[in-house]
Amino acid sequence: MIINKKSEGTKLEILLEGRLDTTTSPMLETELKQSIDGLTELIFNFEKLEYISSAGLRILLAAQKIMNKQGSMVVKNVNEIIAEVFEVTGFSDILTIE
Amino acid sequence: MKEITIDALIENINTVTAFVDDLLDEIDCPMKSKIQIHIVIDEIFGNICHYAYKDSVGTVTVSVEFQNTPKAICLTFTDNGIPYNPLETEDPDITLSSEERNIGGLGIYLVKRNMDEIKYEYINKQNRLWMEKKL
Repeated sequence: MIINKKSEGTKLEILLEGRLDTTTSPMLETELKQSIDGLTELIFNFEKLEYISSAGLRILLAAQKIMNKQGSMVVKNVNEIIAEVFEVTGFSDILTIE
Repeated sequence: MKEITIDALIENINTVTAFVDDLLDEIDCPMKSKIQIHIVIDEIFGNICHYAYKDSVGTVTVSVEFQNTPKAICLTFTDNGIPYNPLETEDPDITLSSEERNIGGLGIYLVKRNMDEIKYEYINKQNRLWMEKKL
């Protein structure tokens, strides 16, 4: 998985490419630990993300809980497979998906 | 039937996925089913790596078998680790808010949703998880 970032003040967009699974989730977790402090807007761009497993969901939930307190979080450009994972796990109600 | 036996280490997930992928390519498996199977491998193999052997390194055998009528794939994961029946995991309450949600049980829940039939047995000191998905 490749992580790209676009940062603008307290707004951060994270663009993921590949698979967010057991093997790659720790990378994203480390990245967020370093950058989530003080953010008011967090955007995940999944345009190039193939799929997500529960390891990835765990990180999105943790990020959402932090952003609930300090700003907003949006997940955009999800493909059909990821949309279905969000749907069956109830994450489509928890996350803001655009 | 084809199978692979490999150390239960996270870094081996890609080897297992590639092994199964090659077989799925031979039968022209639709992309969506293929990705759903990737997720299942990630969840089950990942679980075994994290929990089955505690601090020692054990092995996992993954076997793949295809059926014709109806067209289906059977995936079996066998390990010698501590007895664990993933089907006993309670399904998560998917209606809770983000603040109330905890993450337990989501992986197995995704597996249940991605496969059509799942059976677990513990025999000869082995965990055997058998799963079928119609293609």
